[in-house]
Amino acid sequence: MVTLSTGSVILVNVAKFLTRRAFSTSRIVEAQQMTVRDALNTGLDEEMERDERVFLLGEEVAMYDGAYKISRGLWKKYGDKRVIDTPITEMGFAGIAVGAAMAGLRPVCEFMTFNFSMQAIDQVINSAAKTFYMSAGKVNVPIVFRGPNGAAAGVAAQHSQCFGAWYSHCPGLKVVSPYTAEDHKGLIKAAIRDPDPVVVLENEILYGVAFPVSDEAMSKDFLVPIGKAKIERPGSHITLVAHSRAVELSLDAAKELAGEGIECEVINLRSIRPLDEETIVKSVIKTNHLITVEQGWPQCGIGSEVCARIMESEAFYHLDAPVIRVTGVDAPMPYTKSLELAALPQPHDIVRAVKRVLNVK
Amino acid sequence: MFSTCFRFICKRVKQHSLPSVSCSNSYATEATFETKPFRLHRLECGPSNTVSVTREDALDLYNKMHMIRRLETAAGNLYKEKLIRGFCHLYSGQEACAVGMKAAMRPQDSIISAYRVHGWTYLMGVEPVGVIAELTGRQSGCVRGKGGSMHMYAKNFYGGNGIVGAQVPLGVGVAFAAKYSGTDGVCLALYGDGAANQGQIFEVYNIAKLWDIPCIFVCENNGYGMGTSAERGSASTAFYTRGDYIPGIWVDGMDILAVREATQFAINHCISGKGPLVMETMTYRYSGHSMSDPGTSYRTREEVQDVRQTRDPITSFKEKILTAGLVTADELKKLENDIRVTIDEAVKKAKTDNEIGLDELPCDVYSAPLEPTVRGITPWNNLEHKRLGPAVNLH
Repeated sequence: MVTLSTGSVILVNVAKFLTRRAFSTSRIVEAQQMTVRDALNTGLDEEMERDERVFLLGEEVAMYDGAYKISRGLWKKYGDKRVIDTPITEMGFAGIAVGAAMAGLRPVCEFMTFNFSMQAIDQVINSAAKTFYMSAGKVNVPIVFRGPNGAAAGVAAQHSQCFGAWYSHCPGLKVVSPYTAEDHKGLIKAAIRDPDPVVVLENEILYGVAFPVSDEAMSKDFLVPIGKAKIERPGSHITLVAHSRAVELSLDAAKELAGEGIECEVINLRSIRPLDEETIVKSVIKTNHLITVEQGWPQCGIGSEVCARIMESEAFYHLDAPVIRVTGVDAPMPYTKSLELAALPQPHDIVRAVKRVLNVK
Repeated sequence: MFSTCFRFICKRVKQHSLPSVSCSNSYATEATFETKPFRLHRLECGPSNTVSVTREDALDLYNKMHMIRRLETAAGNLYKEKLIRGFCHLYSGQEACAVGMKAAMRPQDSIISAYRVHGWTYLMGVEPVGVIAELTGRQSGCVRGKGGSMHMYAKNFYGGNGIVGAQVPLGVGVAFAAKYSGTDGVCLALYGDGAANQGQIFEVYNIAKLWDIPCIFVCENNGYGMGTSAERGSASTAFYTRGDYIPGIWVDGMDILAVREATQFAINHCISGKGPLVMETMTYRYSGHSMSDPGTSYRTREEVQDVRQTRDPITSFKEKILTAGLVTADELKKLENDIRVTIDEAVKKAKTDNEIGLDELPCDVYSAPLEPTVRGITPWNNLEHKRLGPAVNLH
């Protein structure tokens, strides 16, 4: 049992002040930092420089520098041909992007938020995802759909939905949900180079968050493989599986629990299709306990899929307790601040769930 | 002798003004005809009403139209024999549209349409057996039987799309890519009178005009969106004007030379940097919307018969080129026989060929699969994800 001494408290607070984030297993030579926003911006820039066929389209991506400033500076650098402002017509411009990909270009189609992708979802699923299969392997669609996904802050019900479950349901799509700055840079680059349609689910709250970044990640050829999860924090008592912002919440909970002697293994999924089942199974075999954490709704969510996979795998025989899903509340997002907080899982919810699963007070 | 022929020709020709012919030996080598007037929207001048066709082209155009008619008839029969399943939308009656448009297309041009595309698949380079065997779902189908009637593809032909209207933004995207890459190609994005009210079409009218995309929007108006006549579905049936700020042309879609002329005009318009154009081809389908629609609950048999007898695109073209002396009846008969043989053989193959093996069910879900298997019916029989197809956009 570890008790927090004053010295450790100071150290922890200093670390918090400096990096704000928990441990990463990447090699960090210098403590260079990068925000998620800059990581995406750099990734987009590098891929546009590398391949002339890559272009970015979406609302406000050019002259406005991006609604969330992800594409800042790109229009200035590449001009009208490669960074294109669209009218507010998602179905139209997403369809155009898919057609352009069918004809050999490499479009990056931004949805200002994934909530608006619903207007275009037919093009994403029926035109992009299925065409390679329907054409018996002739016409592949090398497109990237990207934008902020899930809950933000105070934007209410129509602007807060998580689309991880909807998109990861469909064969033909690859779906990624990065967390760290390195994840974002590596995955956006991998997505652009991937010859199949990739959905990149970002998060508005994460855009401004700075992460330590390794030297390796600064390279123009740094890629994060799609379909591979990462163990953000090794542990032995219980496995926490999360994606996107829920990884942060899980790491915060893990930190608190470590103070009470409970070591959580936190898995950052990074991709939800393909889902890195192997990493999760291996971890559960080690820890015998599993909690999934997500901000999206419970029914048919990412946690549900992870649970089902565990049931169907050998990991089931290593479970000492049922798998529990920690999710957003099954209701549209309220605007009221205190209600919004209560509608989304917080670190203390995860802490409580861990203790309950481990049968600890 | 020639003047006797001429008098004979004059008596026979009712609908068309006197063809003028240029002759060599006992054939004419080129003939000129007058089309119905084109209707123009926001255009100072349009395609010429005076159209000509060479002997060579006449044979080729006739051959292609007749092939499509035979192909579709065979498809209809196979469907009734239950050898084609699901959806089957026949193009019979609309042949002049596809063949006329294709005749004006250049190698760098592309086309995309909805689901009434068996004829287009053939025109874009797939042998009749590749079309018919695809309909019966066999391995010699152009997409190995995995697509079926609505999902056929060929070079510069982007399907074959099942969702009404979705093909139009895709077509604008293809045209966008042509402009981006500097290929000088245009894309013809086809849709019907039923699809013409789709919001996404208006969304891409806007973008195509804003960005000067070389896309020709083609509304094949066959008078009916499934069982709903154009008048019952559209507040404005002047589909060639629906692009509003985009210029438009109305064409008699039963006159192949008019369609060819108008498409030529449209292509020139686009490649000269004038941006998109809308072309409405007024045509007619003899069958119902699909094979599950007899096509008589919302229109009279008399109406269908009337069109067959007075406006059929193939017989009216046949009459034209025969009376102009461009071709002989014997030549056409030989063509028709050859076509019949081709189709008969294709049908035979389509009936007897095998389906692809079960190992191809999980094949080509991804062009760059990241997992070796595809989840099967149960977790105990995962399937191997194979890669078979050529994936044209890999590198």
